[in-house]
Amino acid sequence: MDVNLIFKIAAIGIIVAVLNRVLTQSGRDEIAMMTTLAGTVVVLLMVVGLIAKLFDTVKTMFQL
Amino acid sequence: MDIMKIVGIGLIATILAVILREQKPEIALQVSIVTGLIIFVFVITKLNSVIEVLKYFASKTNIDLLYFTTILKVIAIAYITEFGAQVCKDAGESSIASKIEFGGKVLIMIMAIPILAALMDIITKLIV
Repeated sequence: MDVNLIFKIAAIGIIVAVLNRVLTQSGRDEIAMMTTLAGTVVVLLMVVGLIAKLFDTVKTMFQL
Repeated sequence: MDIMKIVGIGLIATILAVILREQKPEIALQVSIVTGLIIFVFVITKLNSVIEVLKYFASKTNIDLLYFTTILKVIAIAYITEFGAQVCKDAGESSIASKIEFGGKVLIMIMAIPILAALMDIITKLIV
């Protein structure tokens, strides 16, 4: 029950959102876009690991 | 109680997803995906004992094991298909969700062919 993964992802999301707002205010829109992409990629890497774990569990459980 | 853990996690994750949905909808979607995964992994370990008991009953009543394993496979395919389709619907991509469901149905139909064949044999035996 690794609940902290949810909080990690939410924290990253909030940080990226705030960073995005700060960067757009200070006029650097392209860097803001980059941070958004970076945040999404980091979160995606975490999620892909857990999805792989889900599929393995189902495969072993149901002898698929 | 486990159900309280599950509901608690679900509620917290929903609140976090709503916070993120306005600025970062893609990360909010991933929060909901991760929550679904965590709850599933938590529950699947309990399902193991149920499957063992069912297998024991199947072997005791000397039902052909092929049917039982096919049923398990169909359940697994149905669950994964439903999981994927639901995530796509959350994200608003209902067309992708319907394609996933269509694929799942076809795969389940392919799985069910042996059972259908066996059924037809039995029926023809009865008639002849």
